Amino acid sequence: MIMKINNLNYIYNPNTPFEKKALDNINLEINEGEFIGLIGHTGSGKSTLVQHLNGLIKPSSGAIIIDGVNITDKDVNLKEIRQKVGLVFQYPEHQLFEETIYKDIAFGPKNLGLSDDEVDKRVKESMELVGLDFEALKDRSPFELSGGQKRRVAIAGVIAMKPKILVLDEPTAGLDPHGRDEILGEIQKLYDKEGITIILVSHSMEDIAKLVQRILVMHRGKLEMDGKPREIFKKVDELENLGLGVPQITKFMKIFKEKGNHVNDDILTVHEAKEEILKFLRRKKDA
Amino acid sequence: MSDIMIKADNVTYEYKSLIDDNIHQAVKEISLEVKKGEFLVILGHNGSGKSTLAKLMNGLIMPTNGNVYVAGMDTQDEKNIWNIREKAGMVFQNPDNQIVATIVEEDVAFGPENLGIDPKEIRARVDKALEVVEMTEYKKHAPHLLSGGQKQRVGIAGILAMNPDCIILDEPTAMLDPIGRIEVMNTIKKLNKNENKTIILITHYMDEAVEADRILVMEQGQIVMEGCPRNIFKQVDKIKELGLDVPQVTELVYELRKAGINLKDDIISIEELVELL
Repeated sequence: MIMKINNLNYIYNPNTPFEKKALDNINLEINEGEFIGLIGHTGSGKSTLVQHLNGLIKPSSGAIIIDGVNITDKDVNLKEIRQKVGLVFQYPEHQLFEETIYKDIAFGPKNLGLSDDEVDKRVKESMELVGLDFEALKDRSPFELSGGQKRRVAIAGVIAMKPKILVLDEPTAGLDPHGRDEILGEIQKLYDKEGITIILVSHSMEDIAKLVQRILVMHRGKLEMDGKPREIFKKVDELENLGLGVPQITKFMKIFKEKGNHVNDDILTVHEAKEEILKFLRRKKDA
Repeated sequence: MSDIMIKADNVTYEYKSLIDDNIHQAVKEISLEVKKGEFLVILGHNGSGKSTLAKLMNGLIMPTNGNVYVAGMDTQDEKNIWNIREKAGMVFQNPDNQIVATIVEEDVAFGPENLGIDPKEIRARVDKALEVVEMTEYKKHAPHLLSGGQKQRVGIAGILAMNPDCIILDEPTAMLDPIGRIEVMNTIKKLNKNENKTIILITHYMDEAVEADRILVMEQGQIVMEGCPRNIFKQVDKIKELGLDVPQVTELVYELRKAGINLKDDIISIEELVELL
């Protein structure tokens, strides 16, 4: 187990009229190598939870144990924790600051006190992992790149820290469909190749359905649901009540079944829907 | 009165690249007409020229060649510029960048105040605008405490208070969560249907694009596809080639047709597909 959260609470502005419980008794275990989707509407507490995971926020009460270390302990080494848990914020390209792409990605590893050779190796590897050509781009300014490419540089900077857990907060926000597919493809590749634990925060149920093995649903500071995508996305009405949706194709299959058609509505992708509808049509023909 | 809201006549927009000093054409020889009351969606991947085209449409930038007319007024004629901005208002992606005041109703009043309008009239316009975007109960609130969808609706109210005939929205839902997106899309549809505003919506979300009367697809500064949503989305291969998406139900129909099932090819909603099968 790479992460364990016990009775985690977080209260904003305690003892003031603006007091608000942002996290309400969260209990959670995450195993090494899991690919997790974290969903919930704005204000549900998902960003607050994510910021706890590498010690950016201290809980009001409760414990967060990462790789055997309780990060809420007073004498914990936060630098070590932040290396273990890499956090890619929303619009991470706003955080680029160096003159060259190489320097920007090298900034984190250098601060870890690694040798120049090791830094060099890590910059190369992480650029390759996010699909950026090392030789062609290393000396260019990150500010000359397109939005999608800038975002890759920012992600590469986090990957170069070799985190055990990578948390991505809405990595595809604001990208066009092509840019979105590319970034998601690279995250999938990174997962397959490095086997790290990934937590993906997203509003796109289609993206979540395509990628993750387990979904956590947050609502009003509570962990409302926890399960496999198939189980979670079956609860269409409950999700909609929480201000969330399901992929359009999942919803279509559910409505189609409700109309009295005998199909399996346990569908997450267009490909699965196609197979199921083809079966349905064949049965109808044979009957 | 002509029924044309915006007309672009052979418009090209060039800029000098900061990277290689070369001249690039963001918009190339585009001619188009947007009718009054129309709901037009512009699609295209990042860098295809959509936002440049939008900025040309309310005189934020001037064409290098050709002319843009808003309600018959040439955007390059300096004396028209304030009239043009009153006719065609623009809403951008990030609501936080558009909010100027610390109270919602003051923010909405900012535009008309700058037009030098009578305070009584401003009061009436602000109340009406907040009512249309369904934010009346928040009029005394601080904008920074609102949700993304609420902030974006306040931004739209600020434009509405200028009484424009046309509203241009550049990815207004890109930064919003699913609820915020639905709120803003419902507002946009209402502006078009009930308030008779001409809408030009730039978006990457195909479920928003299916609501349009007409879609333009841009690629490398040019319009490469044009038509009603049904006719655009049934061209699944071409749309994907352009780096865009189609709704999942449209894709399912496309896949079923490829597998030899004989189906109508212009399906864009769940309800239609349920009917069809």
